[in-house]
Amino acid sequence: MRHRIKTWGPGLLLVAPSIVAIGVFVYGLIGSTINLSLTDRHSARPAENYVGTENYGNLFSDDRFLHSLRNLAVLTVVFIVGTIFFGLLWALLLEKGVKGEGFFRSIYLFPMAVSFVASGVVWRWLLNSAEGQNAGGLNALFGMLGLDFLQNPWWSHPTWGMAAMALPAIWQLSGYIMALFLAGFRGIPAELREAARMDGATEFQLYRHVIFPQLSPVALSALIIVGHMSMKMFDLIMAVSGAQFVTEVPSVYMWQTLLTSDYAKAAAIAIVLLVIVALLVIPYLVQNARAERGR
Amino acid sequence: MTTETVSRPQTTPGRRRAVSTPARVVTARTVRYGLLVLFVIVVFIPVYVLLVTSLKPASETGVTNAWSLPDAWTTESWKLAWESLSPSLWRTFTLAIPASIIAAVLGSLNGFVLSRWRFPYADLVFTLFLFGMFIPYQAVMIPLRQLTLDIGLPSGIPTLILAHVVYGIPICTLIFRGYYATTIPADLIEAGRVDGAGMIRTYASIILPLSAPGFVVTLIWQFTSVWNDFLFAIFLSNTRNGPVTIALNALAGGQLTDYAASMAGALITSFPTLVVYIILGRYFISGLMAGSLKS
Repeated sequence: MRHRIKTWGPGLLLVAPSIVAIGVFVYGLIGSTINLSLTDRHSARPAENYVGTENYGNLFSDDRFLHSLRNLAVLTVVFIVGTIFFGLLWALLLEKGVKGEGFFRSIYLFPMAVSFVASGVVWRWLLNSAEGQNAGGLNALFGMLGLDFLQNPWWSHPTWGMAAMALPAIWQLSGYIMALFLAGFRGIPAELREAARMDGATEFQLYRHVIFPQLSPVALSALIIVGHMSMKMFDLIMAVSGAQFVTEVPSVYMWQTLLTSDYAKAAAIAIVLLVIVALLVIPYLVQNARAERGR
Repeated sequence: MTTETVSRPQTTPGRRRAVSTPARVVTARTVRYGLLVLFVIVVFIPVYVLLVTSLKPASETGVTNAWSLPDAWTTESWKLAWESLSPSLWRTFTLAIPASIIAAVLGSLNGFVLSRWRFPYADLVFTLFLFGMFIPYQAVMIPLRQLTLDIGLPSGIPTLILAHVVYGIPICTLIFRGYYATTIPADLIEAGRVDGAGMIRTYASIILPLSAPGFVVTLIWQFTSVWNDFLFAIFLSNTRNGPVTIALNALAGGQLTDYAASMAGALITSFPTLVVYIILGRYFISGLMAGSLKS
């Protein structure tokens, strides 16, 4: 046993600083936030009592919080559908190796290198809610092209505004999903396509029955990546609309709550957000770890 | 990376062309390129708006000529934006460069141990690390702010360096672990071990000399995400001591937005990451792939 420790001991020692850092800053601080969320610290003064799950109970009877969850759901659905649609479409257009593929790929992917805060500046202008004579941004463009019927209030719409908020996010992340799908397409052995064609499959059948089923792991990754990004979305909303009720999601509500020094409530919102993301991500991580072990 | 290494099925197009009528092939190709170019235009709309608006005098930024080129070209707004952003721009370099280098070095050490010098439960440790990369950071932000105050770390850049290093460990470890697992044969390490090479010597003489591509990918990824970060910045710094995203948000977020100046500011802010993307785009994509756990 001593000999064994001698072989792996140094490795553990080398990783130890990172283990401690992650242990303290991820798990320790999450524990600390959970602890805070169970107290009555509703001001800058220290907490006095533990109040159990009262803060959570209050949240789920708080219309403003439920509204932010609803916004988050709309944002996430539109974001996921949009990025997977464009990502898959672009990958399909490029996967057979068109001339200038590298150029198109780079163009579609470049928004990824830009921050949400910077792209938020221009999207705020593009998603100007004024219509008709005073129309600006995309509404003005629609006016110029004679497509006035497409003019809409974008993110200011009380019910479906969050769908418009997903547009900048789709613009920014579709290239990423394209890159994922493209790698998926390229990972499919050429013999598989050849064999299907030999059997007389049409192009459509080839994709429907041979290629798309092979891509489902990629689609799952895309779903998880975009889904968790959407649930954490903060920068973009702050940059496009600022902290406004109509576009409020839990991460923004948490920030607004913290500004009023209601620490316990802010902590409870953060933990609810963490649980939502964890429900999505933990099965993915477990599955990934299992797949690795099997390899 | 799969996109680079898997050769395209060059043999198939000839076969297909022989089967389908040339007219259909021509039409398909035209539609394909037409769509590809259309999407390039769509992706570039925000860039057009940014450039054109930033070069207009304030009198022309109204809604009536929103989409037209400037009548009088001027770099006035660029000067204005530069004046308000340049101090924070330099601060962001002093943040992003050390935060990237430290996290990359830790990632390299961890990646080496977790792939080639393993200890019991190394996979569990790795999965626990990965979770740290997916969490909504709101769940640690309140106690994190308190902790950095308690240990006497000055708010602003020093605090942000700590945060970006710690929360950058998972992705850096992930990239290096995948890189070493695929590029460095286990036999090579074993041979060294038989000859009595210790862990440090193995790392220094075998691993490190082969690590350059891993470092490029990690540094690009880390630099881009630190540069573009807004969430940590807004919680842990302010306009006087924070990075450029905070300054840009302040410039663009006022009640009476000067769109010309804020768009010039958005372009200035994005410039460093765009340069990195244009020069080293290939490595950027590798980082993206690793980020989805599909390396």
